[in-house]
Amino acid sequence: MKIKILYLMVCLSFVISACGQSAVPSASTGAAQATLLIMTHDSFAASKSVISDFESANNVKVQFLASGDAGTALNKAILSKDNPFADVFYGVDNTFLSRALTEDIFQPYASPLLADIPDEYKLDPQNRALPVDWGDVCLNYDQVYFSQHNVQPPQTLEDLLKPEYKNMLIVENPATSSPGLAFLLATIGHFGTDKYLGYWQGLVANNVLVVNDWETAYYTNFSRWGGDRPIVVSYNSSPAFEVIGSTTPVSEPETGVITSDGSCFRQIEFVGILRGAKNLDLAKKWVDFMLSTTFQEDMPGQMYVFPVNRNAKLNDTFQKFLVIPAHPAYISPDDIAANREAWINAWTDTVLH
Amino acid sequence: MNKHHRSISILLLWLAPAAFLLLFYFYPLGSIFSLSFSRSQAGFFAPIIEAIKSSIPWRVLGFTFWQAILSTLLTLAIGLPGAYLFGHFNFRGKSLLQALTGIPFLMPTLVVAAAFNALLGPGGWVNIGLMKLLNLNNAPIQFVNTLTAILVAHVFYNTTIVLRTVGDFWSHLDPRINQAARMLGANRWQALRWVVLPLLAPAIAASALLVFIFDFTSFGVILILGGPHFATLEVEIYYQTISLFNLPLAAVLSLLQLACTLGLTVLYTRLIRRLSIPLPLKSTRVTYRRLTTRRSKLAAGVIIFSLLTILIVPLAALSLRSVTRLEPNRGEQTVSSPGLTLDFYRNLWVNSTASISYAPPSTAIIISLGYAITTTVLALLLGFPAALALSRDSTSHLSHAFDALLMLPLGTSAVTLGLGFIVALDKPPLDLRSSLLLVPLAHTLVAFPFVVRNLTPAFRSIQPRIRQAAATLGASPGKVMRYVDIPMIGRSLLVAATFAFTISLGEFGATSLIARPEYPTIPIAIYRLISRPGESNYGQALALSTILMIVAGGAMFIIDRLRIGEIGEF
Repeated sequence: MKIKILYLMVCLSFVISACGQSAVPSASTGAAQATLLIMTHDSFAASKSVISDFESANNVKVQFLASGDAGTALNKAILSKDNPFADVFYGVDNTFLSRALTEDIFQPYASPLLADIPDEYKLDPQNRALPVDWGDVCLNYDQVYFSQHNVQPPQTLEDLLKPEYKNMLIVENPATSSPGLAFLLATIGHFGTDKYLGYWQGLVANNVLVVNDWETAYYTNFSRWGGDRPIVVSYNSSPAFEVIGSTTPVSEPETGVITSDGSCFRQIEFVGILRGAKNLDLAKKWVDFMLSTTFQEDMPGQMYVFPVNRNAKLNDTFQKFLVIPAHPAYISPDDIAANREAWINAWTDTVLH
Repeated sequence: MNKHHRSISILLLWLAPAAFLLLFYFYPLGSIFSLSFSRSQAGFFAPIIEAIKSSIPWRVLGFTFWQAILSTLLTLAIGLPGAYLFGHFNFRGKSLLQALTGIPFLMPTLVVAAAFNALLGPGGWVNIGLMKLLNLNNAPIQFVNTLTAILVAHVFYNTTIVLRTVGDFWSHLDPRINQAARMLGANRWQALRWVVLPLLAPAIAASALLVFIFDFTSFGVILILGGPHFATLEVEIYYQTISLFNLPLAAVLSLLQLACTLGLTVLYTRLIRRLSIPLPLKSTRVTYRRLTTRRSKLAAGVIIFSLLTILIVPLAALSLRSVTRLEPNRGEQTVSSPGLTLDFYRNLWVNSTASISYAPPSTAIIISLGYAITTTVLALLLGFPAALALSRDSTSHLSHAFDALLMLPLGTSAVTLGLGFIVALDKPPLDLRSSLLLVPLAHTLVAFPFVVRNLTPAFRSIQPRIRQAAATLGASPGKVMRYVDIPMIGRSLLVAATFAFTISLGEFGATSLIARPEYPTIPIAIYRLISRPGESNYGQALALSTILMIVAGGAMFIIDRLRIGEIGEF
């Protein structure tokens, strides 16, 4: 009996001491090389070669800490702001930006590369959060379905109220899904805060289907992938990735995108140096690196988002298939932060009850 | 052993489990709660009052209980006949069937949703079949976004808990007890009702409690299959925390969920104390029978068929989808020659984007197995002494308190605890925020109650006089443990190990919050694929899910064949 307990205690203390050691991830790699810790959401991806270029150029080991979805990752950064465990945080978007700035987790850094980025992406005048990439949430439609049924695909948000598009639309719940929230914001931006609920009442009358997540909307209900509804809230990039992600050579995507004025909502993602960062100089270099053309041109194929740096070039597939709305709907991060709960609640009352 | 000595040894048994729970559960949870309440500008009690005044808790709590009660009853209805089959009979293919029925338990929710979609979705085989058969234009069965979907998915996930926990206990019941009742004139049902069921009650109650808590705190199933019209407490906590960042309100809801779990567990422990009877357990060599009579064969056939339909068919549909192109019905797709393909499997091994976060399936399997083995070892090391202490001392207040408390991790919101880890474990020597150990530690929190729940009834059913006899004959306490206790609970130890192992292998929610991207587990790798557009990504996600099923099924098959000193070897 006693031997067993002793054994257990040894085990536990072993576990605890092992934890203690691993708290310093750079300890074993030697003092010569610093470790730069970058906290991101779990959609983060980059090419191996791109990251190792940065590492060898700056004699640094870059370690990424994925921290759940975008909202969860940001909350983790906020809750650990008194004792930050990363140097840089990447992945706060314009729907969450205000929360990050109010909680004051970033320190300002006026990267010289900001000169290459158009002003429309710079939403924080103090440069605590620097824009990295953008992607548009837009309505996608199944071209084959519409040609088979001899119906013209819709062109605008208003079209969706017409009887010929009854039973056709799938949207995601803005309370649980990031594209769902973005599409709700598009309708608010387009119709105004006084009229958007009326629009949604019209969609309900036309039997809109609401699901909680993009995966269900896209892979279960969207007719392109075996569902029975031909219009879905997704991204402007989805058709291009349909071509890239196909198992057989496809010349044309079968999915179209609605890009009429105000029908899409642009998500912009930001990077910032956390207050209390232990490697400030390296963190600055990393931010510069993320804004440089090397990283910016790597992003589309990795994270399905697009460069803000005007010198970054898109590859042929994107040049050919990427549809970019000229005038996406706009709502400022402050407005989103101030009204998020009220808008979602009002939407829930109108659409779900 | 005198009384004083005895209570000290029980305290010592509690030392490791208590230290573990304190450090990795109560400390993080306390930290996040105190931080959450301190963010309330209107003072400590304001969020509680706000929560009571708002309609949220009441609306959500009612549904949470309702669906959990329904799901638990359904799970018992499906699971108990299966437990009877597994606990009584030996038949060809039993190990395989047992391993197969364990697989649903560990599948990530997104994969389960994909499996049911392949079967019952608008483009699933059942709907396509019915549309062809009945000449319909629209899918007749609407599955996603219904209460039925929630219930079916919960039964799918949790039946194995009943099968294993009750089935294992049943298999050690002395058949002579039942025979004696029959001999004395009881008919089959009377013997079952008045003799067997009371003896099984502790195991049934234990499995029902586990199933209920899992259903009560359900998140992914409600979110993905239930759709936006249904919300449990856990879903609401996630929404308040992540989307609205209303931490005070989220903390109140979290506490409410914990209070419910605690209340249930206390109820359970009271009940169980009245129900537990020390029994002469028998080796399965004595208790197992073969399916000989026509009647038993028919019953077994019906039970196996229903288990296969509910637990295995969705998995089979998923595997079939992983070797089928997604658009076999489109007239235009002549180029891509619809039909069977192994492309998705081949593509899994190609890092097509040269990404840093890519891992070939072999690597993800090794990482997953590494975490799962660490979790199993940790959970057994901590659960074994806890179960022993609970079984040796079932009367003291300390024991009652521990018994109730150790179920709490199962009833805790993953979002809340995940944030608690970040807030609390941030200073040396416990700065675990980027440690690889964080994943197995989190998995152990979930696995530990399972281990204790499976081992305690087994320990309790060992009659004290066997131990006393061994001690009288000169065996030291260590030898009693080695030669009496462990052989007698061998099967339960394996069942506990299987649960710990599979919990870790399939866990997604907590892992996604704390895993390092360069060490993806299989569920994490599946999620990465399924959250991207394109046929290849979806197909690869299904292919990797099939690989997860094979790895998990294989591991359970092997564990099932292990033998740790079976009862009856003395």
